[in-house]
Amino acid sequence: MTKKKITVAITGLNNTDNPGPGIPVIRGLLESTFFDVRIIGLAYENLEPGIYMEDHVDKVYSVPYPSIGTEALIKRIKYINSKEKIDLLIPNFDAELYSFMKSAKVLEEMGIKTFLPTIESFEERHKANLDKYGKQYGIKVPKSKSIFKESEIYSLSDDFDYPLLVKGKYYDAFVAYNKDQIKTHFNKISSKWGVPIIIQEFIKGTEVNVIALGDGKGNTVGAVPMRKQYITDKGKAWGGITIDDKKMISITNDLIAKTKWRGGMELEMIKTNNGDYYLIEINPRIPAWVYLAVGAGQNLPEALAKLALGIDFDYFTDYKLGKMFVRYSYDIIMDIDKFQKLSMTGEI
Amino acid sequence: MKKLTYERPIINKINSGMPNKFGTRTEYQPITYIDEVSVKEIMKEHGSPVYVLSEKTIRDTYKDAKKAFTARYPKVQFAWSYKTNYLNAVCNIFHQEGSWAEVVSGFEYDKAIANGVSGNHIIFNGPDKSESDLETAIINNSLIHIDHYDELYMIISLAEKLEKKPKVAIRVNMDTGISPQWSRFGFNYESGEAWDALNRILINKNLELVGLHSHIGTYILTANAYNVAGTKLADLAVRVKEKYNHAIKYIDFGGGFASKNTLIGAYLPGTDTCPTFSEYAEAITTSIINSRIKLEDFPTIILETGRALIDDAGFILGTVLANKRLADGSKSMVINVGVNLLFTAFWYEHRITPAQNFSSHTEHTSVYGPLCMNIDVIRQTADLPVMRKGDDFVISRIGAYNMTQWMQFITLRPKIVIIDTGRQVHVIRKNEKNEDINSFEHVPDHLKKINV
Amino acid sequence: MNINKNIAISGNGFVFDPTTGESFSLNSIGTEILSYLKQDMSKEEIVLAILEKYEIDNITVEKNYVEFLAILREYKLIEND
Repeated sequence: MTKKKITVAITGLNNTDNPGPGIPVIRGLLESTFFDVRIIGLAYENLEPGIYMEDHVDKVYSVPYPSIGTEALIKRIKYINSKEKIDLLIPNFDAELYSFMKSAKVLEEMGIKTFLPTIESFEERHKANLDKYGKQYGIKVPKSKSIFKESEIYSLSDDFDYPLLVKGKYYDAFVAYNKDQIKTHFNKISSKWGVPIIIQEFIKGTEVNVIALGDGKGNTVGAVPMRKQYITDKGKAWGGITIDDKKMISITNDLIAKTKWRGGMELEMIKTNNGDYYLIEINPRIPAWVYLAVGAGQNLPEALAKLALGIDFDYFTDYKLGKMFVRYSYDIIMDIDKFQKLSMTGEI
Repeated sequence: MKKLTYERPIINKINSGMPNKFGTRTEYQPITYIDEVSVKEIMKEHGSPVYVLSEKTIRDTYKDAKKAFTARYPKVQFAWSYKTNYLNAVCNIFHQEGSWAEVVSGFEYDKAIANGVSGNHIIFNGPDKSESDLETAIINNSLIHIDHYDELYMIISLAEKLEKKPKVAIRVNMDTGISPQWSRFGFNYESGEAWDALNRILINKNLELVGLHSHIGTYILTANAYNVAGTKLADLAVRVKEKYNHAIKYIDFGGGFASKNTLIGAYLPGTDTCPTFSEYAEAITTSIINSRIKLEDFPTIILETGRALIDDAGFILGTVLANKRLADGSKSMVINVGVNLLFTAFWYEHRITPAQNFSSHTEHTSVYGPLCMNIDVIRQTADLPVMRKGDDFVISRIGAYNMTQWMQFITLRPKIVIIDTGRQVHVIRKNEKNEDINSFEHVPDHLKKINV
Repeated sequence: MNINKNIAISGNGFVFDPTTGESFSLNSIGTEILSYLKQDMSKEEIVLAILEKYEIDNITVEKNYVEFLAILREYKLIEND
């Protein structure tokens, strides 16, 4: 069978010690038995390692940050599309998802498919709305409160015990043991990601994660649970193993059925010693450890591409237990020319 | 040979992993024309700084907003929020389009009357209505939105005295799931205060209850909050109908629609995050359509949105006074527009666009106004193209509040011009002169003679 | 004043300083001035060259030149004698 040729644009090439999902998604696509994929990397920064990984990207373009405005971003994509004819775009940063979801129609008109959550399901799962979300969908969540001003820190004391977590709307989470620490974290996070800042109860237990893909009709296309085996000082998994946790799978299926989730997602949960599961966060996209799922028999990036392009296939029902991943770092050697070319022309 | 356009030499360190946020090409274009009229020409003719309004944008925006509502609901009425921008020329554009007037003081009320708005098309809001203001409003059959009990009792006694039946509504405050909750205006829904006030009005034969009013806040980014408000107001309307067999004529949703400006502290720009008129309209009309109010009793929906209708139509043009390097090495720019003219700089990350060509290079810059005060900051940080002393710029989306909340501080307020739909520029407010300001003052005789 | 002669200036405004490993992006006038400096042109010569080529007055060019050199110094691309 000849493989179907497609061109896929992908962001999140920041394969650093706090990796974006771009490169693992690309690996999944390149291993597809169905597609023959040409990869167009979209980079926000000029040292995102993926830019220089020639085995993984065919061409890279720099794109403006979504904080500059969707208009500028879409204008750039339009230009890139005029050169590359993109079939599918997979954004991999939380902060850019909103802009791409808003622009899904415009992209579609350009002939670019996406497979993203609806704005509604994206918004309601925000960390800032977690309390409400838990109630609505019958999932245990830690107590949390969004604050907009530094002064609100001083009226917190009655609701929360220390330590507690201070989280940004998109990224960053810190443990705080007193108000001064909350204040420090508040300022640090808000200058980067804006407000609100989320104050969250600290739940003791083991962190377990599920990667899943919803088809937008309430069905789970695939789901693989994983326990992190080693966590870096940035809180990212450096090693992990697939586990047999039927409770987590059923929570995932239930949530996807109720929310009709569309696209990739990661559920972060804490399993307490009593065996309770608390939902900490829903990442509305494929997580960076997606390649473990590929290794465990569920090529979710390929499945996502099929969903986006309207290709029928059988959903996954199984995965291999005890599959592990261990990350490593690797130095690419190159001349300054490439760096110069990307810095000055925005293409490489 | 024609000489090339000069630009200040610029060098930027390429930060590893942190290049400038505009990417490698500049993402925005200079603004050299507004409604096909040259920015430089306007400044040459009318000075710098100068406010510019676009009549076309005002009318287009109004039509958009109106369409969003009339497509979903049969009875819709807009009322122009005078406090947002009460230049008579601006008010009259809205009145020509069919807007009533929404005023919050005697001053604004008189302005609306002078503009020719008939009394029964003026909505009188706010906590400050004097006895004589109320008297005028009652005689003119204006729609009085009661804010508190003291006002209610004053109206009751005026009604007896004038032997007229005032048309009243109450303002209701409530929890719509957004914070902060504005509880200082009107009567509270959850506590039963609003229901109590309605009962007091309805048992009084001298008052005519015509409407219910809420104004849930400002810059509301969650359209659904209006749905919550509408549901609660509809509930009050249904209870009034059941108990008194009295149909409420209108439900006034106030204002609060966000404009497309970016709030300070927001990561994504306002153009992406603000709800559209359609989203607001959907939330509001659904709350009434799906309520228990009977079809024959469907009230008129009144909207007092101000900011979202006028912000995009306003610009301020100004000039760079100086470039400075601060003690910590960072770059700053002083411009001739300060918070005296751009009050909204306290909330918004206003977009500053050069009025002439510039290169793709940008610098991280603080933008300060000309006032001799530390709070005079227009942008704490912005990635801006290089601008020289004497270069001109355009600040967009400033039509709301700046021309009412401005300050006459250490300098005089500039002209306001409007570009009509035929590209003609008209001065709609003269620039202030020293003698204007001095004409308000009086120096007692013993202070006239000085010797320095 | 000494300019670091090792620096590599490319036509598109990219400058690499092999001594420090830093790279910079310049606009076209910045690139031009840096090239003049590398050719050991004096301040007067450089200002003159710019005045001849661009639509601008003497005072502005001198002012910008001084500020630009201060930044070059900050980036250690030039050093005082």
